[in-house]
Amino acid sequence: MTDYSPANVGTVTRYVVVESFKVTPTDVAIRAYEVAKGVMIKENCFGLGIMGKEEDVNRVIAEVRKMDPAYIFVKDRGFPPGDARRCRATLGGARPGFHGIEFEMTILPYISHALEELDTRDAATVPAPEASQTAPRLDVYTLKKLIDAQEP
Amino acid sequence: MAKIFIYPATSLILSDMVTRFGHTPLGSAIAIRERVQTAGLESAPLQITPEDPKKGLRWAAVEVPSGVRGRMSLYGPMVEECDAAIIINNADLAFGCMGCARTNELLKFLIRQKKMPKLELEYPKNEAEGTQFVAAIKRFLTDLGGKL
Repeated sequence: MTDYSPANVGTVTRYVVVESFKVTPTDVAIRAYEVAKGVMIKENCFGLGIMGKEEDVNRVIAEVRKMDPAYIFVKDRGFPPGDARRCRATLGGARPGFHGIEFEMTILPYISHALEELDTRDAATVPAPEASQTAPRLDVYTLKKLIDAQEP
Repeated sequence: MAKIFIYPATSLILSDMVTRFGHTPLGSAIAIRERVQTAGLESAPLQITPEDPKKGLRWAAVEVPSGVRGRMSLYGPMVEECDAAIIINNADLAFGCMGCARTNELLKFLIRQKKMPKLELEYPKNEAEGTQFVAAIKRFLTDLGGKL
């Protein structure tokens, strides 16, 4: 084992995920560059990766969120943008972790709809979600479909 | 501002909701960032070194596989640090190898054992469920704001 000297110590990296009808990741990137001032911005297919000092990153995120508040989402990321240990440019295939975002992007329209609805409606008037009584099991027909879908 | 542990720990939706409603989410990225930014021995890709399974002994017994103990060294400190937790049950997103699956079980067990406010949900499947999902999280996080 060799010694490890970390780069970008003291910075934070956040993903901005854009799932909007009104703005594209490129629009958001242009706005982010306008207010960047010291943060690193990397545009990707679903939004942006922003790295810098926490207060600077928060400032840029607050600014880009204003473009479409209910349709722009943010999450933390451990690695800096383009890190060779994670970037698909060096690894090939989708970045580990992308599949999680891809799965949740199918749910984001419901979340965006809810956020807009709750702007005009009190959350206390919404009934609590029903708890599922049984754990869902993989049924044999779905399993067969998964097996048939496998490439040789 | 409370520290909220989120499960699945990589969830974009939970991380965003917690931040949006004024609290701090604790998830995988925080623990990984800490390792990636700390000098030590080169151990790509996640900088998990042989020391981590030893640290994991605090939450899992020695006969538990090192994969679970290594993962617990990431999540264990955050479970101890958090003020509240939000769990999404039956999340397809949390699917993984046996190490991940057992860690997830242990993680949920530890969260349920800890005396703190908890919210358990499932991913919404339509707009009506989406509204209930977001409203439940908003109520939970807003109520926390006054208590903590």
